[in-house]
Amino acid sequence: MIAFWVISIVMVASAVATVTAKKPVYSVVALLLNFAALAALYITLSAEFLAVMQIIVYSGAILMLFLFVIALLSSGVSSFNVGPDRMPKAAIPAALVIAIALGFVVYGLSNASIATPAAPSGSALGPVGSADVFGSVSDFGKALFTTHLLPFEITALILMVAVVGVVLLAGDKTPFVGTRERAREVRREMREAILREGGVQ
Amino acid sequence: MDAVMNAAPLWVVILVKSAVLLLVVVTTFAYAMLFERKILAWMQLRPGPNRVGPWGLLQPAADAAKLILKEDLTPKTADPLIYRLAPFISLLTAFSVYAIIPFGASADGSAWAIGNVNAGILFVMAIASLGIYGISLGGWASGSKFPLLGSVRSTAQMISYELSMSLSFVGVLILAGTTSLDGIVNAQQRWWFLLPQFVGFVIYVITAVAETNRTPFDLVEAETELVGGFHTEYSGLRFGLFFIAEYVNMLTVACIATLLFLGGWNAPFGLGMVPGIVWFIAKVACFMFFYIWLRGTLPRFRYDRLMAFGWKVLLPIATLNLIATAVWVAYWGK
Repeated sequence: MIAFWVISIVMVASAVATVTAKKPVYSVVALLLNFAALAALYITLSAEFLAVMQIIVYSGAILMLFLFVIALLSSGVSSFNVGPDRMPKAAIPAALVIAIALGFVVYGLSNASIATPAAPSGSALGPVGSADVFGSVSDFGKALFTTHLLPFEITALILMVAVVGVVLLAGDKTPFVGTRERAREVRREMREAILREGGVQ
Repeated sequence: MDAVMNAAPLWVVILVKSAVLLLVVVTTFAYAMLFERKILAWMQLRPGPNRVGPWGLLQPAADAAKLILKEDLTPKTADPLIYRLAPFISLLTAFSVYAIIPFGASADGSAWAIGNVNAGILFVMAIASLGIYGISLGGWASGSKFPLLGSVRSTAQMISYELSMSLSFVGVLILAGTTSLDGIVNAQQRWWFLLPQFVGFVIYVITAVAETNRTPFDLVEAETELVGGFHTEYSGLRFGLFFIAEYVNMLTVACIATLLFLGGWNAPFGLGMVPGIVWFIAKVACFMFFYIWLRGTLPRFRYDRLMAFGWKVLLPIATLNLIATAVWVAYWGK
């Protein structure tokens, strides 16, 4: 319980910092802290696999991409304050929508009888070495590939569509040219350019 | 209150274990550095460091004293907060992997590790994927060209090679049927995974060298093009922290190679009378030597070739290896 409160405070604080930070890179660092705290929260819920995946996928890959783009696009120094300030107008409706959505969640949670998984035997962190505890890798894998196979495959398909889309949108559309041919082409272009300029003195 | 009372001894045990391990890893780092300088020197027919202490054995202490006493500069253009934070991120991620790496096993089969988690190897991957932040944030926060270029290169390189590395792990995981590190070692009692997973091992070694930014994949700090790469602006102890992180990461990579492919603390050829920890250390040392050997032998890759190699050669081979392993285990396995 102590761990829950400490982690929650860190999470809320870092989430606020993510939104309010003046520099984009600070936002990324705050979000990184937030993701790490979320992983810690998963561990206290004995969802070991989910915690590790949270770090590998979100912190390691997605957030890294954010940082990459921010560092390259703006050198990270321009602050968010540039440009027209549209936030105040959007703030109140956005807050309302989120409040309603969260209200539904709380309402649903208080009414529905949630199928609580059988309490894991042993400590909350999962007994060391045993493979079949709730939230462990093998448990997660079994659920993923038997009960939830269809959603899993559909998700894989959607991700595949995204990958193909990226290649179509951003891929190099010029036909493939070998290195040597390309070098020859460049040489020819240079020679023509020199001739146009009146030749080398 | 009861829970706290019961937990207290465990915390103390973990704390003591961590302190001892930290000491061991830092000492190993110091002598790994000396080892590297000596071996490189011999490969190039020169004596290497031999002034401080007999045979240069006190050289690491002299280096440490120099780094600590050196002025710690922060460039005017740097982002002070992140500039200071970055080396610590590198160091933290480098050391935290050791929380779960087992170095041996007692007679009753319990592993010698601070913590033994089910997700073992996945935990290592998670922590390793965070290690990039130290480099990329450090390069960005320095506020000048060369570090930024170096860090962008490193980010792209590490993301590209991480994929093939993970795939090379999965082959081992399929064979072992577990993700916990001591489980993987126990699965290698009959033969090391080096044999059935030779392709995986080669891919792991290549990607591991790339992940730790060592020659021939050290484009991150290519002296001839980028001055010092991401740590150009760093000096004194902060540079030292990056340096420690790099060597500790090398050591981690050697430990993982030992655990996953070289049988961990299992003795080869039935030489069981030598304790497992000795085998473990010997295997890690061999791997470290291999690293240095590479550095003494190979020239640096060109950047576009590095990327093409990672995506067009390593990734397809790693995928094929994974598929072949999965099919083999499904039809003839276990």
